[in-house]
Amino acid sequence: MPKTSAATNRAGGKRRRLRSLAWIAALAVGTMLLPGCAPSDGVPTLTWYINPDDGGQADLAAVCTTDAKGAYKIETSLLPKDAAAQREQLARRLAAGDSSLDIMSIDPPFIPELAEPGFLAPVPADVAKRASKNVLDGAKAGATWNEKLVTVPFWANTQILWYRKSVAKAAGLDMTKPVTWDQLMKAAGDEKKFLGVQGAQAESMTVWINALIESAGGHILLNSGAKADEIKLGLTSPAGKEAATIIGNIGKENLGGPGLPTSTENDSMTLFQGDKGSFMVNYPFVWPATNAAVKAGSVKQDVLDDIGWTLYPRVDADKDTAPPLGGINLGVGSHSQNKELAYKAIECITTPKNQATYFVTNGNPPSNSTAYDDPRVGKQFPMAKTIRESLKLAAPRPQTPFYNEISTGLQQRWTPPASVDPTTTPQESQDFILAVLRGDRLL
Amino acid sequence: MSTTSTKESKSVAPTTRQRRRANLSDRAKSERRLGWYLAGPAFIVMLAVTLYPILQAFWDSLFSLRLTAPDDTTFIWFANYITVLSDPIWWRDLGVTLIITVVTVIIELILGFALALVMDKAIKSLRGLLRTAILVPYGIITVVSAYAWFYAFDINSGYINHWFDWIPGISPDLNWFAEFWPSLSVIMASEIWKTTPFISLLLLAGLAQVPSELTEAAQVDGATWWERMRKVIVPNMKAAIMVAVLFRTLDAFRIFDNVFIMTNGAHGTEVLSLLAYRTSISRLEIGLGSAISVLLFVCVLIICFVAIKLFKVDLAGTQGDK
Repeated sequence: MPKTSAATNRAGGKRRRLRSLAWIAALAVGTMLLPGCAPSDGVPTLTWYINPDDGGQADLAAVCTTDAKGAYKIETSLLPKDAAAQREQLARRLAAGDSSLDIMSIDPPFIPELAEPGFLAPVPADVAKRASKNVLDGAKAGATWNEKLVTVPFWANTQILWYRKSVAKAAGLDMTKPVTWDQLMKAAGDEKKFLGVQGAQAESMTVWINALIESAGGHILLNSGAKADEIKLGLTSPAGKEAATIIGNIGKENLGGPGLPTSTENDSMTLFQGDKGSFMVNYPFVWPATNAAVKAGSVKQDVLDDIGWTLYPRVDADKDTAPPLGGINLGVGSHSQNKELAYKAIECITTPKNQATYFVTNGNPPSNSTAYDDPRVGKQFPMAKTIRESLKLAAPRPQTPFYNEISTGLQQRWTPPASVDPTTTPQESQDFILAVLRGDRLL
Repeated sequence: MSTTSTKESKSVAPTTRQRRRANLSDRAKSERRLGWYLAGPAFIVMLAVTLYPILQAFWDSLFSLRLTAPDDTTFIWFANYITVLSDPIWWRDLGVTLIITVVTVIIELILGFALALVMDKAIKSLRGLLRTAILVPYGIITVVSAYAWFYAFDINSGYINHWFDWIPGISPDLNWFAEFWPSLSVIMASEIWKTTPFISLLLLAGLAQVPSELTEAAQVDGATWWERMRKVIVPNMKAAIMVAVLFRTLDAFRIFDNVFIMTNGAHGTEVLSLLAYRTSISRLEIGLGSAISVLLFVCVLIICFVAIKLFKVDLAGTQGDK
C-alpha cells in the first residue's frame, strides 16, 4: 500500500512538472508572438526599408508620423550598407510577394529591374504630378521607366570636383573655369600628388566609367528598353576609348597612388585629406565628413581651409561635363496592404522642407530644386549652388532591367585601372557583357 | 560466373540478415527500437533540410529562371551545365579553390600536428590555459576574423606594412589586395590562422589514442624521437589524421567568407562558392546559380569518394567501433 501511494505520488509529481513545463513553454511562445500581432491602437503601420544613413530617414519617419495625426505611423527597417546588397534584399523580398515593403529607399540604377516585372505599385497620377514639380531633370530621369514615373525622387546625389587650392595654384590652374581630366592628370603629375578617384572593383567604377563616357558624348547603353539578347552597347565608341585612355593613364602613371586598385569613395577622401591630396571626384558627404574630422582633431583646420570645389571635370574642353548621378528614390511594393497611405507618407517625406532638413543633417542633396533656396542649406553647404548645377548636368547610369550584368561586367573588365587599354578593353568588355546577356557566359 | 556469384550473394544475404535479426535478444531489439525513436526525428529533419534543397536545386538548374523575370522561365534541360562547364570562369574559380584547399590543408596539418604535440606534452598546470589559447582563433566568427585580417593588411588602415617594412618586398605602399597572389596569400593566411586549432584538436584526440606502451617500448629499444614519431605515433593515429584531412578539405573547398570580405573575388581571387552566390543571389539567375551549386556539390562528393574509397578514411574507427 505505501508502495502504491509512493508510485501515485511520483506519477502526480511528474504530471505537475509536465503541466508547469507546458505553461512555461506556452508563455514563452506567447511572448515571442505578441510583438507580431496587430497594433493595439488600430493605427496602420507602414514599414520603410531605408538605406543606412546618419539617422535622417528615421527622423523623417518620426516627423511624418506626427504630421499624419494618427492616420498612419512609419517604422523604419534597415537595409544593408552596400547598394548592391540593398538591391539583392529588395528584389528577393519583392519576388517573394513580401507585403511588408510599404516604402522602399531604392538606388536609381536598380529601378528598371524592379519596375519591369511589376514589383512596384504604380504611382497615382495626382501624386506623380505633385512629385515631379520642381524636381531636377537628372533625378526625374532616374525615377522614370518606360516614360512613367515609377518611384518618387527623394534625394539626388552627384559628384563634384574637390581640389586643394594650394595644389591648383602651384600647378597654375584657373579653377573658376571648367577643367579637363588631362589638366588634372598633368597637374597631379607635376606636383607629385595623387588624384582622388575610385578604382576598386565596385559600383563606384561603373559610376566613373559612365561619367567619362557621357562627358565625352557617348553612352554605355544604346537601346534602353531592349531585351537581354538585343542590347547594344557603346563601349567601343570614340567616347568609350577616351574613357579607357583616361582610366588607363591614371592607373599606369600611378596618379591615383598605390591604393587606387582598391580605392572607394571613403578611401579617396582619406587620400585627399592627406599630404598627397590634390584633386578628387566625390560626393558632397566629403564636406560634413571633413568638418567632423577637423572637430575630432584627425584633420587640421588648414586642410579644410585649403579645400575648394567646382563642377566635375570635362573630358573634352569644349563639351559640357556629365557628372555622375546617384541618390535615393522612394517606391511602394506591389504587395503592400497600404499603398494609398504609403504614397501619402512619401509625399510628406519628400516635401522640399524635409529634403532640406535631410541635406543639412545627413549631407544628402535634395532632388527638388526649391529645397536649395532654404537658408539652412546655403549656410551648411557653401557648395550647394555647385551641387544644384551639377545635378542639372548629371547623366544617369544605363537604365535597363539588366543593369547588374552591365555594371558587374564593366567592374570586372575595367579593373585594376592600370590594366585598362583603350585599344583592347572597350572591345573585350563589350563582347564579354553581350555574351553574358545572351546567356553564353558566366559573370 | 559473376551471375552465379551475384545470385548466391542475393540468396545468402536475406537469410543471414533474417538469422541475425532472429538472434537478437529482446533487449537488443528494444535498444534498436529506442535508437530509431531517438534518431528518427533528427533523420527526418536532416532529410528535410538537406535532401529537399538538393533536389530543388537540381530541378531549378534545369530551367532558365531569373527571379526578376518569372514569366520568362523555360525548361532547358542541361543547357545551364553546358554553359557553366564550357566557361573559363568556372575552371579559373575551380583552380583558385583547389589552390586554397591544398595549400591551407597541408600547412594546417603541419602546424596543427605541432600544436597537438605541444598540447599533449605541456605540463599539467599549463595544459588548460594552452588549449584555450590555441582554440581562441577557432572560436572567432569567420566574418569577424576576415575583417580583422582585412583591416590589418589594408593599405589605408593596416599596420602590417608599417610593422614589417624591414622585410624585402613589404613597404608602406604595398597594396595587398590589388593583385592575385598577395590577396590570395592573405586569404589563405587568415584561413590557416582560423582553422588550424580545429585540426590540432582532432589530431590531439588521435595522439591521445596512441598507447603509451608502444612509445615506451620503442624508447627502451633505443628508437630516437624521430623514429618513434615516424614508426609508432603517426601510423597509430593514421585514422585521426585522415579524418582531420577529410573534414578540413571539405571545409576549405567551400571557402566563402574570407574571399567575400577581403576581395569579393576581385583580381581573379573568386572561389566556387562565391561564383554560386553571385550568380544566384546577386544576378538572381536561379537556374544558372543552381547548376553551379549542384556542380559544387558533385565536387564535394568526389572529394568524399576519393578520401573514403581510395585513401580508406575510416570515419567509424575514431569512434572506437573497430
